[in-house]
Amino acid sequence: MKPAPFEYHAPAGVDDVCSLLGSLEDAKILAGGQSLIPLLNFRLARPQHLVDINRIANLDRIYERDGGVAVQALARQAAVEDSELVARICPLLSAALGFVAHRVIRNRGTVCGSLAHADAASELPAVLLALGGNVVVRSSRGERTIPAGELFAGVFETTLAPDEVMVEAWFPALGEPFAILEESRRHGDFALAGVVRAGSRLALFGVAPTPVLADPSDPASGLQPSGDLEATPEFRIHLVRVLTERAFAA
Amino acid sequence: MKVNGIEYPSPGASRRLLSDHLRHDLGLTGTHVGCEHGVCGCCTVLLDGAPVRSCLMLAVQAEGHDVMTIEGLAGDGQALHPVQQAFHECHGLQCGFCTPGFVMSVVGLLAQHPNPNVQEIDEGIAGNLCRCTGYASIRRAVKRAAELSPSPLRAEGRGEGGT
Repeated sequence: MKPAPFEYHAPAGVDDVCSLLGSLEDAKILAGGQSLIPLLNFRLARPQHLVDINRIANLDRIYERDGGVAVQALARQAAVEDSELVARICPLLSAALGFVAHRVIRNRGTVCGSLAHADAASELPAVLLALGGNVVVRSSRGERTIPAGELFAGVFETTLAPDEVMVEAWFPALGEPFAILEESRRHGDFALAGVVRAGSRLALFGVAPTPVLADPSDPASGLQPSGDLEATPEFRIHLVRVLTERAFAA
Repeated sequence: MKVNGIEYPSPGASRRLLSDHLRHDLGLTGTHVGCEHGVCGCCTVLLDGAPVRSCLMLAVQAEGHDVMTIEGLAGDGQALHPVQQAFHECHGLQCGFCTPGFVMSVVGLLAQHPNPNVQEIDEGIAGNLCRCTGYASIRRAVKRAAELSPSPLRAEGRGEGGT
């Protein structure tokens, strides 16, 4: 239950992060660490290098941009949850953060970190997908924007290249109607299944290797969720149908 | 890093978890270690005033920051911190293993919600597991702590600096 040895780097700027990622083999970025450090403690992940971005100044802003709200890489989930700007422009994001683990975890965890970690059962990737947002990633080769629909590649996998770092996520403005509903065994646990409604769009989480967009009138179409000790595939499909109905009832 | 107001030298190995650094290197064994993956909440400490899991941070990450552990809330011979006093009065502990984590989480909860309602209390302690006392008396303790706390509650604690 202790991390395996690694070399620790604490760069002072994003450019330094990019040059480290460009030159090091097998490096992982450490932001909030609320998902990565458990993986290190269990030794499910054993990267040779950890690039800690927490020392970088001015990378925790939450600001209005292009008709939406931008959340930088070091903005803690708790800060985004409490942000009046986010509550005004994108209240779906504020609501979703209440489902992300517990407040003590959100004090440290970051929004961009959750997106980069890409856990299929987590809320924020599905929120970004339902809203049609995007993320800005940077490397020594330059900067590019990845739309949510092209970001999630598989279980814990994104389309970021090994030398790229996510510097910002952008969530478009959305008023009513919106909803996020999930079913989990205990408050704060990962969802057995969950739905995000953004206007007329629907995204599902916990039922496929990545969050997926679905047709609100037939949300379970084509779904093949996996089963485990907590829920069978049939139960997950049942949950998707019930939660979708509730999300669109209002 | 500063722990309970005292400046300490840098931790050695970068893979040292903050929880292990506090316990093994600094001898502050009041911070308990349960699951070591962020689920049980026993190792909760305050980082710059906000509760965090010390098992989900590397000790080197706390350099340049203020850490407060359960030992920092009230010094020897001093009055208990309002949250400690409330847990004592309401029988909010039995074996005591989870208690330091609960107390630090509740200090953070009351800093955010000085008069928490039932839902805020439940959400505030949901990240801490207790396997023997049961949560009813802990919920009562949180309400009592809110009554005992001077307003606004001083999340930075009392006995800072020792003595």
